[in-house]
Amino acid sequence: MEHIRMPKVENVRLLDRVSSRKATLGTLYLTATHVIFVENASETRKETWVLHSQISSIEKQATTATGCHPLLIRCKNFQVIQLIIPQERDCHDVYISLIRLARPVKYEELYCFSFNPKLDKEEQERGWKLVDLNEEYNRMGIPNNYWQISDVNRDYGVCDSYPTEVYVPKSATAHIIVGSSKFRSRRRFPALSYYCKDNNASICRSSQPLSGFSARCLEDELMLQAIRKTNPESDFLYVVDTRPKLNAMANRAAGKGYENEDNYSNIKFQFIGIENIHVMRSSLQKMLEVCELKSPSMSDFLWGLENSGWLKHIKAIMDAGIFIAKAVAEEGVSVLVHCSDGWDRTAQVCSVASLLLDPYYRTMKGFMVLIEKDWVSFGHKFNHRYGNLDGDPKEISPVIDQFIECVWQLMEQFPCAFEFNERFLIHVQHHIYSCQFGNFLCNSQKERQELKIQERTYSLWAHLWKNRADYLNPLYRLDHSQTQGTLRPQIAPCIFLYKFWSGMYNRFEKGMHPRQSVTDYLMAVKEETQQLEEELEVLGERLASLQKVQLNDNEVKSKQQDQNKELGRSTSNISLANTPQEYNNNLKSFPSRSPSQGDEEDSALILTQDNLKSSDPDLSANSDQESGVEDLSCRSPSSGGCLPSEDSGKDSDEAVFLTI
Amino acid sequence: MEFAELIKTATVESVLLSGAGLPPVRGTLCITSHHLLLSSRPGGDGAPGTVELWLLIRNVDAVEKRLAGSSGTITLRCKDLKVLQLEIPGMEECLNVASSIEALSSVDSVMMMYPFFYRPQDLRLEAGWHLFPLEQYYQQIATQTSQWRLSGVNRDFAACPTYPPAVIVPAAVDDEALRKAARFRQGGRFPVLSYYHQKNGTVMLRSSQPLTGPNRKRCREDELLLGTVLDEGERGFIIDTRSAQAAKQARMTGGGTEPKSSYPRWKRLHRPLERGRPLQESFIKLVDACNDTSLTMDRWLSRLESCRWLSHVKAALSTACLAAQCLDREEACVLVHGAEGTDTTLLVTALAQLILDPGCRTLAGFQGLLEREWIEAGHPFHLRCARSAYSHARLKQEAPLFLLFLDCVWQLGRQFPFSLEFGERLLLTLFDNAYASSYGTFLGNNEKERCLCKVKESTHSLWAWLNQPEEKRKYLNPLYSRNALVIWPSVEPQSIQLWQGLFFRWIRSSKYLDEAWAEIQRLVENDDTSVEESAGNRRSQSLSDTAAQTENER
Repeated sequence: MEHIRMPKVENVRLLDRVSSRKATLGTLYLTATHVIFVENASETRKETWVLHSQISSIEKQATTATGCHPLLIRCKNFQVIQLIIPQERDCHDVYISLIRLARPVKYEELYCFSFNPKLDKEEQERGWKLVDLNEEYNRMGIPNNYWQISDVNRDYGVCDSYPTEVYVPKSATAHIIVGSSKFRSRRRFPALSYYCKDNNASICRSSQPLSGFSARCLEDELMLQAIRKTNPESDFLYVVDTRPKLNAMANRAAGKGYENEDNYSNIKFQFIGIENIHVMRSSLQKMLEVCELKSPSMSDFLWGLENSGWLKHIKAIMDAGIFIAKAVAEEGVSVLVHCSDGWDRTAQVCSVASLLLDPYYRTMKGFMVLIEKDWVSFGHKFNHRYGNLDGDPKEISPVIDQFIECVWQLMEQFPCAFEFNERFLIHVQHHIYSCQFGNFLCNSQKERQELKIQERTYSLWAHLWKNRADYLNPLYRLDHSQTQGTLRPQIAPCIFLYKFWSGMYNRFEKGMHPRQSVTDYLMAVKEETQQLEEELEVLGERLASLQKVQLNDNEVKSKQQDQNKELGRSTSNISLANTPQEYNNNLKSFPSRSPSQGDEEDSALILTQDNLKSSDPDLSANSDQESGVEDLSCRSPSSGGCLPSEDSGKDSDEAVFLTI
Repeated sequence: MEFAELIKTATVESVLLSGAGLPPVRGTLCITSHHLLLSSRPGGDGAPGTVELWLLIRNVDAVEKRLAGSSGTITLRCKDLKVLQLEIPGMEECLNVASSIEALSSVDSVMMMYPFFYRPQDLRLEAGWHLFPLEQYYQQIATQTSQWRLSGVNRDFAACPTYPPAVIVPAAVDDEALRKAARFRQGGRFPVLSYYHQKNGTVMLRSSQPLTGPNRKRCREDELLLGTVLDEGERGFIIDTRSAQAAKQARMTGGGTEPKSSYPRWKRLHRPLERGRPLQESFIKLVDACNDTSLTMDRWLSRLESCRWLSHVKAALSTACLAAQCLDREEACVLVHGAEGTDTTLLVTALAQLILDPGCRTLAGFQGLLEREWIEAGHPFHLRCARSAYSHARLKQEAPLFLLFLDCVWQLGRQFPFSLEFGERLLLTLFDNAYASSYGTFLGNNEKERCLCKVKESTHSLWAWLNQPEEKRKYLNPLYSRNALVIWPSVEPQSIQLWQGLFFRWIRSSKYLDEAWAEIQRLVENDDTSVEESAGNRRSQSLSDTAAQTENER
């Protein structure tokens, strides 16, 4: 609290991003964890909550003609908030406070250490156990004849950014592992990421070898050989360096580099040019500038998008994933993947490949497991990449954002293949930055253990799992062809399949998105069908037993009474279903789930943010387009009179249409 | 002319057909007056052939031949953007086939078109031709106001050769004044009612440009006509689909726009929309880009941008929204025109109605809208859709305005997935039929031509075919629910997407997307059956109420 110079400022105006002429007057509050804007007018007193950890930049803009002081807050979840503060002094105080609040220096300052979802110790523990990686390797069929769990890294003795439990070939002795680790950047030796039990092919990951121009390491060579031999059907191993060749060559001068095919027996070496974190950071920056343009022309937008290079990078990551999935599924060849340190591009590529290969990772639970496996456990530097603590801005890069977008691009191409929906991805992205849950804290498992994260914070996965009904894809069905086996995305010349994800990068510009949610509607329909079917079933059963009762009229009286009791209950159910009002209530109750119902804190957070941009505040109470309420009332002519969601885009578009 | 004269070789054996994402197949190629057929015989000589290709020759946009040794390959680029390859043994056969297809596909006489020969058994010739009479549309308006009348001034197409015989005009203006006003408008297209906005009684009119010319001519009747539309103290908007400068320049060639001094209560807004050759070129470039397999991700978006197509989509939607906004929000009457009033004008008026009027968003209502605002309103389909994006022929008057309209409708459907009763498939079918069809609906350039050719007497209507219950089912949107509100689309670039279903129809596989639609259909239908089975259910009742309501409106 000592950093808050100014807990409350009145008469602040919140500008609408699309039409800057519109602004809402309200009061700004700074709390220990949030910036909160509460609207003055309107009975709803709409609130906009922004977590300090979501703030990526604060900018004081030039004083307006009327002598007011604009403050621009950009968030990591792509929300942009423009406030106008009447007094220069207040503006400065808010600015200085936020600068400090948005850049905590100690982990303990992060929201997850104060966030309390009112769960008891046991629930907290159970939450953390929802995702169990040992269970996951067992699911893959490991340990087996070829693979085993190794404790060589217990106490993080070999590699401090790896987990304590790693899976390695049985034939790789501790000596080989340690030897190999000394020949790899940051001692990240080759370890198993995914194993395909159908054909023994696997995906392993590591960092780059310290080969320089000519160095060799016998243990490392043996390590690769051991990996190759875990797949007896195949006579070679792919080594995929996900960097552009030029970058890899430059690394040789620094004593690092890539595998020489001559030194390793039976490897096929392959470069896949994914750019480094600095290129990606600036690419996102450029794309966000395009998203922020005020009424851009089609050309501005397309040019800007292309110049950002963003979709090109997404495609490069996807191509790498497709290459590896193809090697494993179709050629039956194992793959070792690395980049430089093996914690960014390698994580992206391994997880995209796993997702393509194994339908399990396309379920909600499986996706959580995938992120825990390829990102959290293998030491993706969440703290550095997502700037949770104040640090080197050059370390920040949207690495996992790109992975999440790859998943979305796949969802667009395979609408029935994923158990979860777009909202799930958006909320996962949101919480990678929110620091509301402990999962993504720190840079490695070692650090998390030292901080006792599991005792002191809560797991995001349990939270999402509890609200899973919000995140289901209605088109997902276990017996559908798209949920079986490997996904094979269309490749060249189908570059047009890669699309700009406005649902993410213009997430808060509601007017830009389809005004009616097919997902929510279908979910409601699905639930309704299910309920009706259940009802039918009950009726059927009752009918059958009624007939039985008639047939066995001479049965024991007491038994008959029992059945009558039961009958009475179900008839009352029927009469309930027969009452229109009651049914209507049912109908309404289906879809009224808010994105994160059941968790006051969080639902307030997400809902208010989602509502922020709905252009007409008077309508905003009903225009939560993520909720399915309107969608159903849309279908129901009796309540068709008020459908603000359809109308709400209008005012924001006004500026575009009518400039008379 | 006899078709037989154009067919140099009627059948060729052992032709290999490939393309459009299908595995190559060998068979016998037959050329008839209107079709190209290929039948394969997997079971040897005795077995009946399977027809692998049944292509309307009118659909062929470009024929390219390549000879190699004793055989040749013909590439057929179709107006529906499909590309087919025929590998023909024998050089002479190849040349003959190519020139036959070329000759047959360039037959330009309307009366020689296939619809005049097509006689499907299960359709009646007269069915579908009089589904949407303007009289009926007028009756709806007449129940609301007496300010409008149905005029027969154009009964014999004398006042305006491109208008239908009946038009809706202000009740206060007599036919004589209309004739005079017609002489002051290019092609005689005097202002007529296009749409009556029931919510507030405002109207949208359309016309062609006034013939003010370099001497700033005026026409009292035209001014009177527009004057009577506005009540005391009301103001209206003229949306000119040309830039202010282009409108001014048009004066040099006898055209122009309404000067403020002569039409003081009308405020002019200029919203330049592309038309004519630049629009056709945009279409050609886009199709070219879509077919360019050498494009890489880092060049794709700028290539897409350079085609300008999406800019045209954005501009068309924005202008339609502006017109809709004037009517609905500003509560003002609107007159839309460009130059001829047969292209961008209709694009804007038709789109604006779709945005405003839920009645246009049903399958039947949409057909009615097309009939009123495109076909009867005199969009020159024959000229505009003579050639598609592949043709090497010198461009004459081709321009894909109708396609641009369909694209905009698709964008609306994407942004409001529940609000259109029809789906993408209908839009694709309309595109195909506008360019090459077995039905007479899109033949000719206007009602006068269709009358002369006896199109309505001698050809089948596309609507009759579409509206057969089995056929109709395919075009319905399973998610549709009547939505009484105005659907205001977003015209931000982020909201406008390339219509992959059309431009990549033959390039990408749509298998997974089709599966998704099948799944949606399954879910919704399951629900409907359950709802029906569950007796006394309010929702099913209210749903059937809507159905009844919609039925009444038809």
